[in-house]
Amino acid sequence: MSTVNPNLTYNYKVVRQFAIMTVVWGIVGMALGVLIAAQLVWPALNLDLPWTHFGRLRPLHTNAVIFGFGGSALFATAYYVVQRTCQARLFSGPLAAFTFWGWQAIIVAAAITLPMGLTTSKEYAELEWPIDIAITLVWVAYAVVFFGTVMKRSTPHIYVANWFYGAFIITVAVLHIGNSMALPATAFKSYSAYAGVTDAMMQWWYGHNAVGFFLTAGFLGMMYYFVPKQANRPVYSYRLSIVHFWALIATYVWAGGHHLHYSALPDWAQTAGMVMSLILLAPSWGGMINGMMTLSGAWHKLRTDPILRFLVVSLSFYGMSTFEGPMMSIKTVNALSHNTDWTIGHVHSGALGWVAMISIGAVYHLIPKLWGLQAMYSTAMINVHFWLATVGTVLYIVAMWVNGIMQGLMWRAVNEDGTLTYSFVEALEASYPGYFVRFLGGVIFLAGMLVMAYNVYMTVRQKQAVAQDNTAAQAA
Amino acid sequence: MSTFWSIWISVIVLGTVFGCWWLLYATRKGQTTDTETDRTVGHSFDGIEEYDNPLPKWWFYLFLATCIFALGYLALYPGLGNFKGLLGWTSTNQWEAEVQEAEATYGELYAKFGDTPVEQLAENDDAMKMGQRLFANNCSVCHGSAGRGSLGFPNLTDDDWLYGGDPDSILTTLHQGRNGNMPAKGTMPNMTNEQVDQVVNFVLSYSGREKNAEAAEKGKEVYAQACVACHGPEGKGNQALGAPDLTDNTWLYGSTYDWIRETVVNGRQNQMPAQGDRLSDDQIQILAAYVYSLSN
Repeated sequence: MSTVNPNLTYNYKVVRQFAIMTVVWGIVGMALGVLIAAQLVWPALNLDLPWTHFGRLRPLHTNAVIFGFGGSALFATAYYVVQRTCQARLFSGPLAAFTFWGWQAIIVAAAITLPMGLTTSKEYAELEWPIDIAITLVWVAYAVVFFGTVMKRSTPHIYVANWFYGAFIITVAVLHIGNSMALPATAFKSYSAYAGVTDAMMQWWYGHNAVGFFLTAGFLGMMYYFVPKQANRPVYSYRLSIVHFWALIATYVWAGGHHLHYSALPDWAQTAGMVMSLILLAPSWGGMINGMMTLSGAWHKLRTDPILRFLVVSLSFYGMSTFEGPMMSIKTVNALSHNTDWTIGHVHSGALGWVAMISIGAVYHLIPKLWGLQAMYSTAMINVHFWLATVGTVLYIVAMWVNGIMQGLMWRAVNEDGTLTYSFVEALEASYPGYFVRFLGGVIFLAGMLVMAYNVYMTVRQKQAVAQDNTAAQAA
Repeated sequence: MSTFWSIWISVIVLGTVFGCWWLLYATRKGQTTDTETDRTVGHSFDGIEEYDNPLPKWWFYLFLATCIFALGYLALYPGLGNFKGLLGWTSTNQWEAEVQEAEATYGELYAKFGDTPVEQLAENDDAMKMGQRLFANNCSVCHGSAGRGSLGFPNLTDDDWLYGGDPDSILTTLHQGRNGNMPAKGTMPNMTNEQVDQVVNFVLSYSGREKNAEAAEKGKEVYAQACVACHGPEGKGNQALGAPDLTDNTWLYGSTYDWIRETVVNGRQNQMPAQGDRLSDDQIQILAAYVYSLSN
């Protein structure tokens, strides 16, 4: 029932650019992660310099992996998917090019300003106000390009992947503008527009939805295209897509309150944050089921296709961390887990297991298509990367579970006279083995990214590789 | 909060939960089959089709169960605006109940030492074991686990006291805290750089370490104008004000010329936080005895 215009071509140039930068920022961001993990094991690696200190490199790590790596993967796949599923060329090539160069400039600006100590101190929103304005401009351009393309589609309906990409683009704009409201004092210093607990609530409304929309809704969009495409199977259930999409976006915006349990935040907001987080379990699992069950009848493909393995394992990690999240939002569980390494383990089971793995799978799917090739240079190397990524992720999260639960228990242990059994330093000393295993997991995951970079480089420099800037729509 | 906001919050919280509920039933209602099907909904996007499969049953009931749990929880706990919940629970009263329980459990252990004088308590091994734990929990962050202090935090083992080391002074310090304040340039705000150099040399000369004897001699006059009010005519300090003895070569902020110059030019602010509203009187009695025992 397609109504293809035979003269239609796709804009792949911007997709290629973002796809390559996904790999580049992935390596940069994860290398920074490995460095700061090493600093926690060997503090001398802080080098006694302010700009290489953990406190400044940690936000650079999170910005580079979330916005550099994850952001580039989202731009690349959203531009690719929206063109192909709408059967329409990207709306405004120059504006798309602006989003590429603008977004890269923003990540570079982060890499310069954060080590200098210029920060708003708001987690995942550390960048100062001039960069915040630049983000807003690029993001609005992204929205115009994306929705412009959806509007000129030649398909009768809008594919589910585009619902998720669309929700992610709109909500991230609202969150970014809402949370970043500030009064500039100098060129690189501003003060938040909100005070006290309101500021904390705004921050975690933003912070948790950086997870919910940037790192979940956008990547579910990715999942809805690349899983059925790579498996060559229909999506499991259209009805499930509808329910889990609307329920996910309606409840995620409430969940931020669970970051502020037992704080000065009014009890009603803590309660609302907790119950909505629990309701989120089913909508999140709806996405996992829809992806997993799409493989029913095609499970044998997992044996031979490591790209599909990346996509499916990412869904397993997604299911696992979206079970863990609602559980951790329960006040009694949170009383044990809060401020421990468990939280960091939870974030990374989502970040490495879900976000990174599905992005890696999507990029392996994309690269040959964007350069007019049949396959990646080496399928064996994709397989090696798959195992490195899986082992690295498992080591990382297990180390953090062990550390987190141990810390939580040590902090609450009391002597027979009611005094605390352990000092903070004792809990820290007990955490060293876990920090080392976490570092090891990070090194292994990063090694996989280096294998990927080599594989991508060898793929695109092959003689028959041709940059597909204006590909005919029918080429699959 | 005002009635408007209370209603607003209740409406959007319940609206979200019931919205999910409605979404579930409305989507299920249109289902054409209860079992898995090969029929698609008829769209094709870049070759991707979608099955018209029903919502998985277990998933449907899981979703419903979380909605029901949420409604039950909202009935029992504060969540809907000003509605306090049927249990009357608040995070404050949970905390108060836990503190009360702790006091009931541990209070007696401390109470049996609460009336013993500090000097006597310092000889009691059981009390001192508890004192050491209290110190580790509450004091060691600043004063160190052995009580030897660090830059800006007094050493408690050396029998050199800013505010007095007798039991009563230690008890007062613990109960009420202390605010240390050395004004920049003492009582002589217009002190010149040359005079700063002179007075630093003079202060160093108390411990025989002046860099420039001539300057130290001149510094005596500056001292008389800027420092004498608190540190006294012989530099012996004043425990009523917490002004340190400058003659004993014990230094809270470093002993070198540069450190002392920094202290004179910019002054120093310091604070020992009051423990009176954090610890019980009995606990403070034991803690005072422990601190006393460190230097006696």
